[in-house]
Amino acid sequence: MTTPFYVSPQQAMADRAEYARKGIARGRSVVVLQYTDGIVFVAENPSRALHKVSEIYDRIAFAAVGKYNEFENLRIGGVRYADLRGYTYDREDVTARGLANVYAQTLGTIFSSAAEKPYEVELIVAEVGEGPEDDQIYRLPHDGSIVDEHGSVAVGGNADQISSYLDQRHRDGMTLAEALKLAVDSLSRDNNGGERSLTAEQLEVAVLDRTRRPQKRKFKRVLGRQLSQLMEPGEGGPDSAAPEASSEASEAEEPTSDSED
Amino acid sequence: MEANTRSTGRLPAAFLTPGSSSFMDFLGDHSPELLPGNRPLPAVQGAIEAPHGTTIVSLTFAGGVVLAGDRRATMGNVIAQRDIEKVFPADEYSAVGIAGTAGIAVEMVKLFQLELEHFEKVEGTVLSLEGKANRLSTMIRGNLGMAMQGLAVVPIFAGWDVDREKGRIFSYDVTGGRSEERGFAATGSGSMFARGALKKLYREDLSEEQAATAVLQALYDAADDDSATGGPDLARRIYPIVTSITEDGFKRFSEGEVSELARAIHERRLEEPDGPRAALL
Repeated sequence: MTTPFYVSPQQAMADRAEYARKGIARGRSVVVLQYTDGIVFVAENPSRALHKVSEIYDRIAFAAVGKYNEFENLRIGGVRYADLRGYTYDREDVTARGLANVYAQTLGTIFSSAAEKPYEVELIVAEVGEGPEDDQIYRLPHDGSIVDEHGSVAVGGNADQISSYLDQRHRDGMTLAEALKLAVDSLSRDNNGGERSLTAEQLEVAVLDRTRRPQKRKFKRVLGRQLSQLMEPGEGGPDSAAPEASSEASEAEEPTSDSED
Repeated sequence: MEANTRSTGRLPAAFLTPGSSSFMDFLGDHSPELLPGNRPLPAVQGAIEAPHGTTIVSLTFAGGVVLAGDRRATMGNVIAQRDIEKVFPADEYSAVGIAGTAGIAVEMVKLFQLELEHFEKVEGTVLSLEGKANRLSTMIRGNLGMAMQGLAVVPIFAGWDVDREKGRIFSYDVTGGRSEERGFAATGSGSMFARGALKKLYREDLSEEQAATAVLQALYDAADDDSATGGPDLARRIYPIVTSITEDGFKRFSEGEVSELARAIHERRLEEPDGPRAALL
């Protein structure tokens, strides 16, 4: 029998927060940016099957970093929540705000419940509106708080640095190609200020495109040739040998990132 | 609902239970009262009066399949609605047309659309065409209790099979029995007449536009002999709904396109009221 000893609530919460933060920091980052026709999601993710960015509903998408099984669980919960709400009321009545609230409650309860291990995840819920001013982006950290974001947001390992890089450079009315280039630039910066170069194969890109008509579902993955073409203007550089070398290097670290993402 | 007893507003346990990609399974688990087949039936003598949708026809052509329906809903001898829509996209590569009790049928289609979309979002991949057809079977079977009180729903499901690269048609009976049709199919009160017309008009090498003309001819014939089927209403500009599903996905013919075809058919019928003649031998 071990004797239970006293841990102050502050200490207990600080420990849990640190535990969650460390888990999240191990994964690679996801960035979300507004552009003129919608919202673009860019994740560094070599897997084609295990997504970090997914569709939730007509105008709502979800992005996450951290432990895969935990955020996958939340994603499916979100899809069920949205579909049930749309079925009970109307498709119009499913909103990112409602979904973000439910996620926040769920994460918050799990975080403060001593019986459960805190989720090592950070989520983004975004909804594309009729115009850029109607777009909504919510960031949901592991502890159940909600942050209402505008313009650009980053979550994951290197989030602080990437966020400040994005804040300085993001402006309203960017085209998709410009926003994508900025996102890729921000993701390719290392902790220590160095630069890697990311190829289309290492990226998972999706958009909520408000011009996608007549479909109600605005979510679309940008894949293969379409993605390479979008990235091309920024890619054409004199050092064509460099990307190959760096892609080999990043392949070497894939196994570790895969198991933790 | 255990997790919700502390009233924290967090997602109830059923939402976070892994396993099923089916929205209907989830509904059955979480709020069974929302499942159409799960409602207790009141004991009523005789049939209930409710609007009924009538004739749906479908026909395959070289590049896909067309599915069309008239616009009439009847309640006994009364025309309940002149412009009801009975053909719906089920997802990007399939469509469903419904005959039978309109209210129940529309609800069934709504749930069916959601079932396909839900699977697609959760799994990240689409169901096979057979899988979709089977799913619809289950839903019709769930309605058997209502069907026995006269509130039957009998749809036709048509879609483009992405793997086999061809258009396919599935018809159903009231118990959920499913059969794949070769070439053409019809359901609803005017289906006998429509099927007779399609039998004479069907060829394997029709173009999309010819296929659309053939289904409109069949609906015209159905309306000619069945009072519950509506013909093209030229005065009110209400025309049948014609849709096609091809390699490029679901498409609904615009009102302009349908009106042009329907008017052409009508013009010809002024000369020959019984429509095109088939060769005797």
